[in-house]
Amino acid sequence: MMKHIKKISFWFLVLFLLILICMPGIWIFVSAFRPNPEILAKPANWIPDRWTIHQFTQMFSINGYVSVPAFKYLMNSVIISSVSTVIAITIGMMGGYAFARFNFKGKNKIFLGLMLARAVPGISLSLPLFILFAKIGIINTSFGVILVYVAMNVPFTIWLTDGFFRQIPKEMSEVARTDGCTRFQAFWNVELPLAGPGIGAAAIFAFLLSWNEYALASIITRTVHSKTLPIGMMDYLDEFTINWAGMCAIAVVMIIPALILTFIVQKHLVSGLTFGGVKG
Amino acid sequence: MNRKFFSSPAILLLPSILAIGFVIIIPLIFSFYTSFTSYKLTRPDSLFNFVGFRNYERLIDNAKFWAAFGRTILFLAVVLNLELLFGLGIALLINKITWGQRTLRTIMMFPMMFSPILVGFQWKYIFNDNIGLLNNFLYLFGYESAIPWLIDKYLAMGSIMVAEIWANTSIFAILLLAGLLGIPRDPIEAARVDGCNSWQVFKNITLPFLMPFIFIALTIRSLDVGRAYDIVHIMTGGGPAMRTELLWTMIARIGYKDANMGFANAMSYVSIILSIAFTYYFFTKLVAARRELGQQ
Repeated sequence: MMKHIKKISFWFLVLFLLILICMPGIWIFVSAFRPNPEILAKPANWIPDRWTIHQFTQMFSINGYVSVPAFKYLMNSVIISSVSTVIAITIGMMGGYAFARFNFKGKNKIFLGLMLARAVPGISLSLPLFILFAKIGIINTSFGVILVYVAMNVPFTIWLTDGFFRQIPKEMSEVARTDGCTRFQAFWNVELPLAGPGIGAAAIFAFLLSWNEYALASIITRTVHSKTLPIGMMDYLDEFTINWAGMCAIAVVMIIPALILTFIVQKHLVSGLTFGGVKG
Repeated sequence: MNRKFFSSPAILLLPSILAIGFVIIIPLIFSFYTSFTSYKLTRPDSLFNFVGFRNYERLIDNAKFWAAFGRTILFLAVVLNLELLFGLGIALLINKITWGQRTLRTIMMFPMMFSPILVGFQWKYIFNDNIGLLNNFLYLFGYESAIPWLIDKYLAMGSIMVAEIWANTSIFAILLLAGLLGIPRDPIEAARVDGCNSWQVFKNITLPFLMPFIFIALTIRSLDVGRAYDIVHIMTGGGPAMRTELLWTMIARIGYKDANMGFANAMSYVSIILSIAFTYYFFTKLVAARRELGQQ
């Protein structure tokens, strides 16, 4: 009997946890497809009486009227996040390789320095960046935002890739090199393919950080030219009212790519973080 | 590509250091300089109006600043501890499940992938006094007076903490679960044979083994604590009557709304030092824990 109660309460706890984690997301998803008045219903109405894609058609101006230029924001987000991810991964991977394969003076200090650079809060960094970017004329451009995200993503990429390269035995590259490969060829043909899944995980992580970033982008993007989705979301926020259905709709647009990427990344992400940290 | 290029760590690290130098180091030097001027966005010539330590002196005298500073420390202390505690609890719970563990682990990662701005917005909705889910839920049970979660001076801070904990507990849970799955079974079984109870096994074997994982999680979290700005900014904007004002929202308000960059930059430096101190502390702990684990 005691055992039964224990088991039931255990699963009850798990269920409670699941509800707590999933409920807000589900509510956003459902609310994106219902008419605005229904969101304000009391008591809450979990299953919409009438499903509608009104918010989405408005957002993407399918019938001519644009409420919020979400398509432009989406494009900006996609371009800024992917370009900054590619660059950050390329240079971060070089850095990670250097930390994993070489011993040099001040190695630990440089590593720590890079991590501390990442710890600077976005809002504190935004004050000088705003002034400097305005001075050199790259404020409100995708280029400026990309530059910022590259620098923000590099330290963490180094941490992750360093961990993945360490897991590959040094001997493999050495064998390739005695067979006549240059160091770069050994890296390209042997080490990179082996670290591939891990580097993919690092890339997705970098992508998500850029995709979700708000504090800096809200300052250095000003118009529809460079605004990303998180900033565009604020268009639904007026001084006194909030268009909840619209916000939920744009939130769905923002979450879905993130969720898909999470599914792909989850396994490698954990191993990268822990190996890089523990077996250092 | 030539051989030299790939054999020199200095060259390999150069692009990373250049990017960070240009986007982080140079702006920080610049803002350090402006923190000694009376720079106002509306008056560009004031950039060269050197005022010495006056901005910092004003900070020290400013009661609102110290209130925000104290609130930030309190916020971080409560939030990080609870996240660690809940994360550990969830990890232990999921570690016991044999069926569907992978699916659960993936679901658990969902909040990690929500933009902080989105987390803020969704909890702003849940805690809304009029149409919010929580009050709606209580209404079902006959609790008809709407509780002003984000307007009450005490509840507002708690509500923000809930949102922050919801968003970030999963980082702890995921990493601690990875740690739990890696624990060798032999010492635990040996301890049980020797008559240790569950609590003793946990305290003497599981927890020491988990220590490096706890510090990895804390280090990663400390890199991102500043992102709490997004959540607070959306949920209350520092209100009611500055009851939820943290350092970061105060910086934004003084820097952009009041256009007083010099003063805001002085304040930024305090917040930067705070974040760096957090990260540095956890990082050295991580290195120490890692070394200890390596010796065993």
